[in-house]
Amino acid sequence: MTRSLDTLSRRSFLSTGLTAGALVVGFSMVPRAFAQLAGGGEGGPGPKVVAPNLPGSLKSAPMLDSWIRIDANGAVTVFTGKVELGQGIKTALIQVAAEELDVPPARVTLVTADTARTPDEGLTAGSHSMQDSGTAILNAAANVRMLLARKAAESWGVAEDAVTTTGDGRLAGPGGRSAPYGEVAAALSLHVEAVPDAPRRDPAQYRTMGRDLPRVDIPAKLAGGAAYIQDMRLPGMLHARVVRGPSVGTRLEPLAIAEVAAMPGVVTVVQDGSFVAIVAEREWTAVKALRRIQTAKAVRSAPPLPNGGVVEALKALPSRDIVIQDGPDTPATPAHTVKARYTRPWLSHGSIGPSCSLALFQDGKLTVWTHSQGTFDVRRVAAQLVGLPEEDVHAIHVEGAGCYGQNGADDVSADAALIARHVPGRPIRLQWMREQEFGWEPLGPGMVTELEASLGPDKRIAAWRHEVWSNPHNNRPVGAGGVLAGGEIPNPFPVPEGKPIPMPEGDGSRNSVPLYDLPNLHVVYHFLKDMPIRVSALRSLGAHLNVFSIESMFDELAKAGGIDPLDLRLAHMVDERGRDVIATVAERFGWRGRPRPDGRRGCGLAFARYKNLGAYCAVAMEVEVERETGRIRVRRAVAAVDCGQAASPDGVRNQVEGGIVQSISWTSREAMSFDAERRTGFDWSAYPILRFKDVPDSVAVHVMDRPGQPFLGTAEAAQGPAAAALANAVADATGVRLRDMPLSPERVRAAVGVI
Amino acid sequence: MTMTLTINGAEHRVDAEPDTPLLYVLRDDLGLNGAKYGCGLGQCGACTVHVDGRPVFSCLTPVAAVQGRRVTTVEGLGSPGNLGPLQQAFEQEQAAQCGYCIAGMIMRAQALLDRGGPISDADIRNHMQTNLCRCGTHMRILRAVRRAVDATGARTSSLEAKP
Ligand code: FES
Ligand code: FES
Repeated sequence: MTRSLDTLSRRSFLSTGLTAGALVVGFSMVPRAFAQLAGGGEGGPGPKVVAPNLPGSLKSAPMLDSWIRIDANGAVTVFTGKVELGQGIKTALIQVAAEELDVPPARVTLVTADTARTPDEGLTAGSHSMQDSGTAILNAAANVRMLLARKAAESWGVAEDAVTTTGDGRLAGPGGRSAPYGEVAAALSLHVEAVPDAPRRDPAQYRTMGRDLPRVDIPAKLAGGAAYIQDMRLPGMLHARVVRGPSVGTRLEPLAIAEVAAMPGVVTVVQDGSFVAIVAEREWTAVKALRRIQTAKAVRSAPPLPNGGVVEALKALPSRDIVIQDGPDTPATPAHTVKARYTRPWLSHGSIGPSCSLALFQDGKLTVWTHSQGTFDVRRVAAQLVGLPEEDVHAIHVEGAGCYGQNGADDVSADAALIARHVPGRPIRLQWMREQEFGWEPLGPGMVTELEASLGPDKRIAAWRHEVWSNPHNNRPVGAGGVLAGGEIPNPFPVPEGKPIPMPEGDGSRNSVPLYDLPNLHVVYHFLKDMPIRVSALRSLGAHLNVFSIESMFDELAKAGGIDPLDLRLAHMVDERGRDVIATVAERFGWRGRPRPDGRRGCGLAFARYKNLGAYCAVAMEVEVERETGRIRVRRAVAAVDCGQAASPDGVRNQVEGGIVQSISWTSREAMSFDAERRTGFDWSAYPILRFKDVPDSVAVHVMDRPGQPFLGTAEAAQGPAAAALANAVADATGVRLRDMPLSPERVRAAVGVI
Repeated sequence: MTMTLTINGAEHRVDAEPDTPLLYVLRDDLGLNGAKYGCGLGQCGACTVHVDGRPVFSCLTPVAAVQGRRVTTVEGLGSPGNLGPLQQAFEQEQAAQCGYCIAGMIMRAQALLDRGGPISDADIRNHMQTNLCRCGTHMRILRAVRRAVDATGARTSSLEAKP
């Protein structure tokens, strides 16, 4: 990594960042204003829509040179406002650009979110990257290829449709005419608005998309290359550790600040209101100083944490009832009615690498390196927190460990910015400790659902009612009030009031409306704005519990009516693509010939279309329940996923495999524990997650072939279906329905007993 | 205190407090990125390196304790442009999502490969039990280790008989 001491302002980028002969003549940013659902509705209002007729993020950044630049030597640079989180987005976007430009993918360099270089595409969240950025780059590339062909035709004096591209970065015309892109590009300006209907390449001719290109980021990750923000070492860099109580809402006292400040190697102890950080020459010195300070007593500074379970905690909160679906009602004669309550506890994101950030304040300008999902929001937050105009703050995304939602990434970046503001001229590297990540990050919200559903005498579902209680899942910081440091400085910023994300994306309500064709359908979201426990987005938001509930209820009804769970689903699924993934998973799993339950072994399946507008995903599982220990062993999991055109099918498989394993972990063993004072899950022994001996024997993911279809977000699609398939398989195996997560060994053993 | 360490076959002199965990010396003094800080508690394996051929948690190993011993990090197995055999198996299986756990996984698995003798699927799972992955890349990691095991011919006959 190189040091970038001068904050790269937009102006300096314009004057220095362009090579002679480059296609780019400027870069185009659009002002930010009111809402669209870039990033799935998380974060603040997305970038302003200025070209509503264009697809994906071209709506807010319509100029081609915001996205693509071609140097005179033919090198292609593509700019995205989205970021790599380990989901493989870099490789997928390179494939998209290479395909529509018709160049080899090795020719393409991708620049990810950087407030001085790339468009603002809102958050990298909500499985929106392919829909927002993939779609924009696809169409921008098609536009560029069209302009290149037009320019070549003009200079050759031939018809535009006589010019083709040959896949190697060259244009070809009649009579053996040929020219490299770089040469043609040098005579062309891309500072023009995209058109919505640039001709796209024929999927039958695809050379790059739909193939398994090895991920570009993997080799460095296998061999100690500089792959992560944690690996950045800037000249003169200092190491910092932040001092807070062990859990959100606590503080330490008394603080041995003078003693620690006098430790050899400690450069300073930053104090700003109740914000305290140790800055040292060496990392281990900072850690030792922190450990000394942490011997102080922890005192609760916020109201006590709710005691009792998630139901008591949530139902004690005032609710705003949002009616999501209210009929229409038709007369029904129920033969069987099932009422059930399902719950999920608070979950930790559990990133393997605690959050880290670097910041440098120099010459009145602040640079922040961040692994947050919202690089542009990091700039807004830091600017407000340290009192600088936004244009004097430059935020650059650098990959961290997987985050799966809002972990400590935003907080640690704000912390680093504040420390840097107090220690000008020296880059600050701040990493949270393991117990700080567990104690301070926003948790995935605890949730409750209550469902009531009826089966008619015709064995069809006659009525369905779904109620969900949840805190807001979208507390992504868009200002200084959203981060911990914002509440600690003098004149603190108030924590903003939580707001629901409107449907169809939803937050606690996400996927609360079944995709099935159901009469007498009622869905209510009891939105609970008061958050006694710090929460924010965790991968799939409310879909994890809502899909768990819906798909558990399908099996409960199927059992009541003596119907095969597969048949009950197919009987109510009219969406053809939904039917296809359900049928495909059933076939690949061998559902019709599955082993019959014997008290230990059983099978379950579940389905959802993420947000009812993203990828379709069905999961089937075979489990074996050790009745003596309550341990659930997943023998095999099979999934089918339809994400439209897959840029990289192996990338999709990797995401869905990972989603299934992670969801099994959430659903079968995870829960943040509390006492009245604090979170008590502070390390991997107090917050255990799945280890190798407990992962499935096999996981197989089938990606449906959908050539040329629009991209559908995939990254979170498996969380709900995997959770429900697990519970359904356990119910099938044991005859006992478990509705409260986690389906932990203790709970399973207590519920099913020994035969 | 000045110490001489042998890392990936080369000698390095470092000046650090003797109780500094090897992890911080590798990362901060020697600029080696492979070993990662995950927990500092010996619970996750992200920091795994070899000392005299045995896997250890570098977050719990004081630097003074490895003087005169051979330390190997993932950088010692190959470089991004020239991956070693086990790293190649991970690349062939595309066995990474965020990848933060992976260098530790590779060092953990390498110790199993180095042990030699027959290695079953269950052996691999048992051996890897110490290392955590949050992205759920486990199935690919297991496949990658098995691929590397197969390449060395150390697979057990009972496994070969399995369908
Ligand atoms: S960092 Fe050493 S075991 Fe987790
Ligand atoms: S690949 Fe992300 S933690 Fe293992």
